[in-house]
Amino acid sequence: MNGHFDGGLGQAGAFMTARIPSFTHFLATHAPDLLPASLAGLQLPAGGDLIKDLPHATTIVAAACERGVVLAGDRRATAGNVISKRDVEKVFRSDEFSAMAIAGVASIGLEFARLFQVELEHYEKMEGRSLSLEGKANRLAKMVRDNLAPAIQGLAVIPLFAGYDEETGVGRIFSYDVAGGPWEEHRFHSIGSGSVFAKSSLKKLYSDDMPMTDAVLACVQALYDAADDDSATGGPDLPRKIFPVVTTITDDGYRRLPDSESEEYSDQVVQSRMRSPDGPRAPLRTGS
Amino acid sequence: MPFYVSPEQIMRDKADYARSRIARGRSCVALQYAGGILMVAPNPSTALHKISELYDRIAFAAGGRYNEYEALRKAGVTYADVTGYQFDRRDVTARALANWYAQTLGGIFTDSTKPYEVEIVVAEVGVKPDDDQIYRITFDGSVSDEPGFVAFGGQADQVAAALKERFHDDMTLTEALGAALEALAAPPAQGSGSGSGSGSAAGNGAQATELNAAHLEVAILDRARAHRTFRRLRGPRLEELLAESRAASAAAEAAEAPESASDAPAAQAAEATPPASDDPPTGPPSASGDGIPKP
Repeated sequence: MNGHFDGGLGQAGAFMTARIPSFTHFLATHAPDLLPASLAGLQLPAGGDLIKDLPHATTIVAAACERGVVLAGDRRATAGNVISKRDVEKVFRSDEFSAMAIAGVASIGLEFARLFQVELEHYEKMEGRSLSLEGKANRLAKMVRDNLAPAIQGLAVIPLFAGYDEETGVGRIFSYDVAGGPWEEHRFHSIGSGSVFAKSSLKKLYSDDMPMTDAVLACVQALYDAADDDSATGGPDLPRKIFPVVTTITDDGYRRLPDSESEEYSDQVVQSRMRSPDGPRAPLRTGS
Repeated sequence: MPFYVSPEQIMRDKADYARSRIARGRSCVALQYAGGILMVAPNPSTALHKISELYDRIAFAAGGRYNEYEALRKAGVTYADVTGYQFDRRDVTARALANWYAQTLGGIFTDSTKPYEVEIVVAEVGVKPDDDQIYRITFDGSVSDEPGFVAFGGQADQVAAALKERFHDDMTLTEALGAALEALAAPPAQGSGSGSGSGSAAGNGAQATELNAAHLEVAILDRARAHRTFRRLRGPRLEELLAESRAASAAAEAAEAPESASDAPAAQAAEATPPASDDPPTGPPSASGDGIPKP
């Protein structure tokens, strides 16, 4: 089947068939050519340099906090040693109470984010209720797992999933590897090329039940530290007014901070680094 | 050899069957107000919905047999999601969905022995009130574009006539809800009602005169919202709106006819209002046999 799928000739019955309320499952059954190539089971030729030179998304951080969770990402995409894009978005709203961010091949990540969004909304509309947070995380794991063969060929994309659990009233973070997951992360986590630096930074800045504003600031600090040491991570771009994408998920739902607000946090971090380039110092001895 | 039956006879029998089954249920209404589109259906169930979300700016409402319109609703959700996924979210339109429903229902009406006992409304809220669209699709696949408001299912003609009296452009949500409730409380046509329960979620029976929050399903497409505009109104929010609209219509009635307002307590004034329609309330439901609903 080529072209678009509209339930036309010979397809009309497809929409009316009773089935499990999964959008991906519907496409796999009736219109597999609409799925991302990897999920449709297509074999891709090994690409070498071609794949290495595709834009890659880089660093993502997440931190649980009072009332929910913060998920943030820098804005850089790199292709080999070239900065291919300075204002890329890697954090996506999945539904009212969750968001996902991607590291790895950006175009495939984007496709995942779109499909995952429709998957969650489709279930919600079909069944009249949202999936549980674990249900959403498991669903994403299956998508990552299905991408294993392309990942081995170099088309790897890894998501970080964060959401507000309406049942327990806390923010939760789930990580993945190329073979799937999900792995629940406690307190904070980071993925992508600068994740080593971002995570170390968060480790020193994070405290349990931080107020939301503090957690946002800690995430922006961590992204700054990642950009400081990782060439593939972009710091706040003051002249061009490009700042990290910061999202919060609380009992009020998903919210992407407007650029003006993200700018304030970035300004605060940049100003403090003027005085202390390595950022805030943690006390050497605990309990002092 | 089977007996010969003329196509006219077959179609008439099917249409009569579907129409009489739909007329047993309760009417529902969808109407424009300044901030979007309001849909109201008498429905004692809080789980089996008559009104649902199809897409970002599009809602689905149905009357008739639950299992049949539920299958159509799910098909519509899938149609919308597939279209939005392969193109863009803005490329999902009520017009396309209404056409798809018309094709499907028309096919079922022609091809199968038993037609679907459903009447469907697909409503889309635009950026401006002028862009709003309301489509009504009947059991045989007839589709009509209904500007402003529509009544469907059950005794739709009486309700539509009552609603026409009260509808005007740029109503507030409270006014729109008041108008919808008054129209739904219009008395039933003679000889209808009290059929035994079948697949309908709302149950069948005479047109309700008692419409309180527990027996109502109310939802809006909120023009001002970004992304998904569909919202159910229930619980305290609905109680509050109902109280407001009743107080408003009681006040209006008191201003118009002070001597009659004292007959009924304020809380019941909205429901006690007579239909105030030019048509006699005993007219036959949807008399024309061509399946094209009356405006």
